[in-house]
Amino acid sequence: MNLVFDLIAQLALMGVAQAANKTFYMPPQASASAAHVDWLFDLILWISVFFFVLIVILMVMFIVKYRVKDPNAEGPRIYHNTPLEITWTAIPLAIVVVIFWLGFKGYMDLAVPPANAYEIQVTGQKWKWLFTYPNGYVDEVLHVPSDRPVTLVMTSTDVIHAMYIPAFRAKTDVMPGRYTKIWFDATEPGTYPLFCAEYCGTGHSAMITEVLVHGPGEFEKWMDEAANWIATMAPEEAGLKLYGMLGCQQCHSTTGAAGIGPTWAGLFGHEVQLKDGSTVVADENYIRQSILEPQSQLVAGYDPVMPTYQGRVKDDGIAALIAYIKSLK
Amino acid sequence: MTTTTYDGHAEEKNYLNAKPGIWSWLTTLDHKRIGVMYLISILFAFFLGGMLALLVRTELLTPGKTIVDADTYNKLFTLHGAVMIFLFIIPGIPAAIGNFVLPLMLGAKDVAFPRLNLLSWYLWVTGAVFAIISMVVGAVDTGWTFYTPYSTQTSTQVINITMGVFILGFSSIFTGLNFVVTIHKLRPAGMTWWRMPLMLWGLYATAIIQVLATPVLGITLLLLVAERALGVGIFDPALGGDPLLYQHFFWFYSHPAVYIMILPAMGVISELISVHSRKTIFGYHAIALSSVAIAAFSFIVWGHHMFTAMSPMGNMIFSALTFSVSIPSAVKTFNWLATLYRGHIRLNAPMLYALAFIFLFGIGGLTGLFLGALATDIHLHDTYFIVAHFHYVMFGGTVIAFLGGLHHWWPKMFGRMYNENLAKIACLLIFLGFNFTFFTQFILGTMGMPRRYYDYIDTFASLHQFSTMGSYIMAVGFFLTAGYLIHSLVAGPRAVENPWGAATLEWRTSSPPIEHNFHETPESNYPYDFSVNRYNPETGNYDYVGPSRIDDHGHAVGFHGAESTT
Repeated sequence: MNLVFDLIAQLALMGVAQAANKTFYMPPQASASAAHVDWLFDLILWISVFFFVLIVILMVMFIVKYRVKDPNAEGPRIYHNTPLEITWTAIPLAIVVVIFWLGFKGYMDLAVPPANAYEIQVTGQKWKWLFTYPNGYVDEVLHVPSDRPVTLVMTSTDVIHAMYIPAFRAKTDVMPGRYTKIWFDATEPGTYPLFCAEYCGTGHSAMITEVLVHGPGEFEKWMDEAANWIATMAPEEAGLKLYGMLGCQQCHSTTGAAGIGPTWAGLFGHEVQLKDGSTVVADENYIRQSILEPQSQLVAGYDPVMPTYQGRVKDDGIAALIAYIKSLK
Repeated sequence: MTTTTYDGHAEEKNYLNAKPGIWSWLTTLDHKRIGVMYLISILFAFFLGGMLALLVRTELLTPGKTIVDADTYNKLFTLHGAVMIFLFIIPGIPAAIGNFVLPLMLGAKDVAFPRLNLLSWYLWVTGAVFAIISMVVGAVDTGWTFYTPYSTQTSTQVINITMGVFILGFSSIFTGLNFVVTIHKLRPAGMTWWRMPLMLWGLYATAIIQVLATPVLGITLLLLVAERALGVGIFDPALGGDPLLYQHFFWFYSHPAVYIMILPAMGVISELISVHSRKTIFGYHAIALSSVAIAAFSFIVWGHHMFTAMSPMGNMIFSALTFSVSIPSAVKTFNWLATLYRGHIRLNAPMLYALAFIFLFGIGGLTGLFLGALATDIHLHDTYFIVAHFHYVMFGGTVIAFLGGLHHWWPKMFGRMYNENLAKIACLLIFLGFNFTFFTQFILGTMGMPRRYYDYIDTFASLHQFSTMGSYIMAVGFFLTAGYLIHSLVAGPRAVENPWGAATLEWRTSSPPIEHNFHETPESNYPYDFSVNRYNPETGNYDYVGPSRIDDHGHAVGFHGAESTT
């Protein structure tokens, strides 16, 4: 039995070697496992085509050849045929055993991440993906190197999502309250779609982003620049980006509209009435202190609900936020 | 055209006109009337679900917004699934066609528990009312599977519709219970288990699943309601629950439910193939036992719905078990093909549907291999490949068999013949439209298009448009079918007792049958011995002449050049 399996595995490897030709029905093969998945897919496809064509040809032959002529005629009483029945039970059984085994073997390669994989933390939430890199940098697009395997450690903040990257043939559910993993060895630099595959409500079909596979050595270069992104942008623009990334927009409007916290529109340089009755002018120091110690200078009429951003935003970030608030007249 | 007579009583009343008035229908205990009421009800549900499907397909005609917004789209596909599955396909063949033909096939006067039978119809109506109320007051956007924690967090009408499904579950359990007892206790003298029509084997296997699996769905939905209404933490991790547990519970019912849908369809196909090729069914025992095997295996494969969420060990076991179901399905298909061999095939509408079934169920079954294999399933899971696969099985299998059965038993049910040519054209339209709609979706799935997407990237646009065009062709086929069937009720030629020359007992009474089915209990014969009838060219009827001798196989053999080849 093992011999048979080994032979099939050999054939499988040969198939993989030839799988460089892409088909119209499969996405590009951009990971090390994609070729094996496609090879198995094609194997099952051709087995299916064989049996389907066989069934349809026999069916058409019979209905062409054996049409009713005499309404009283009755076909021969062939009740059963044991050798024939054993054959058409045993052959499909053998085939599905092989398909099962190949499917399982291929799946184990997809399921078990190698020990040296680069780890990226993933948060799924309605309706976007957040990718947190080892140095703390957060992005909404997945950047990965092409010269080493990557493991995604994933969790959800709300409902079940599923990480799906068709070009890598990879998919795993992302669940609240637990961590799931997915790994891949990206081989082809390029940009590929990344989907949420588990229905999650209104924005389910908008919960898509991209995987950007960097060529050898490019990933580290990108990472260095990305980690230092505040320095490379105009301060107001960096502030706007932080406003979204840090979640400021959930409470503070920039239009003058009311919110959980005071609006930022026209804030800078104006007097602010505090809860303890005193007033301060909203200058650079006031804003810095409100970010790091929000409760220390609470604005009258608002609840003390803002968390501290101590440790979550550094000096360059605070400077960018101040520049952004200054720009909101 | 002459009317069918029985013992010379030309004016005899049938079950349709035996008692007048709507009240006599609503309080009837007659399985045939209950079957007809079920038929009308489920066809209404099918119309509703079909309209929802057309809206879904129309929305997908273009990327972004075509006719509705994302929230409305989510409600449309949820209701399409829930209505089609719980209100149409699950009760479809057993409760409508099955209710009508099961006692007749047994030569019995009714099912074992006629009152329970009526109650199950009323429960269906109650469940349907809950479902429709939920649509009117705001609908549901969870998908028909109600996955937690989404379903415990959404603001839509989850409790309403799950209560509807809960009640529908009891309707299904009662029908199953009734059929199990009826088949055990009301078989006529001479009809042993191995001389039962295969339709009854299909219904029996179905009934067993209905009775054993449906309570689990009821319990699961009650737990869901308890979590949503009372905040008891069972599935929601925020309350200390486990979201995957819900999926295990849900699919423990809903996978066997797939076989509640397909097994009676396979029963119908076994009858149609044999009768309309006028040849005894090949491999009777294999077909009967494979129904039972599918019913048994159906309980141990639910995990394949969660291959992207379970441990490798769980996945390995469920993948292996899943493949077990493919064998009995393959065996049935080969047996049907072998039945066609050297038959005398009549290519009428019921037979065309039966052949369409073999074609479409063949694709549906074979594409299951891609999903049972773990490595390929990971890529295809939750994509349009799944959508295409289950529509090939549920529609290409069950709905096509339902239509075949409806055309086959229509003359018996209503005593009228439909327009055969229109029926063939409609069958062709439905067949072509279906393939355009759903074969396209296999390709969309392999290309990576996730399911339940309101919007999609431009790569998928042309295939989506093709798929939508197919659905319109199908719709034309269905409206045509509705047209000629309704027309036949008022203006169709009268049907004879046995227009197809079938050998099962329901064809041994008038069309439509008298209220108590038979004047005297018919003598049973081997259900696929077509020599018991002789064609009467004057009436177009196959007159019953009875079995003439017993062959070496122990079965009756007639005089029309029959030969025995074992």
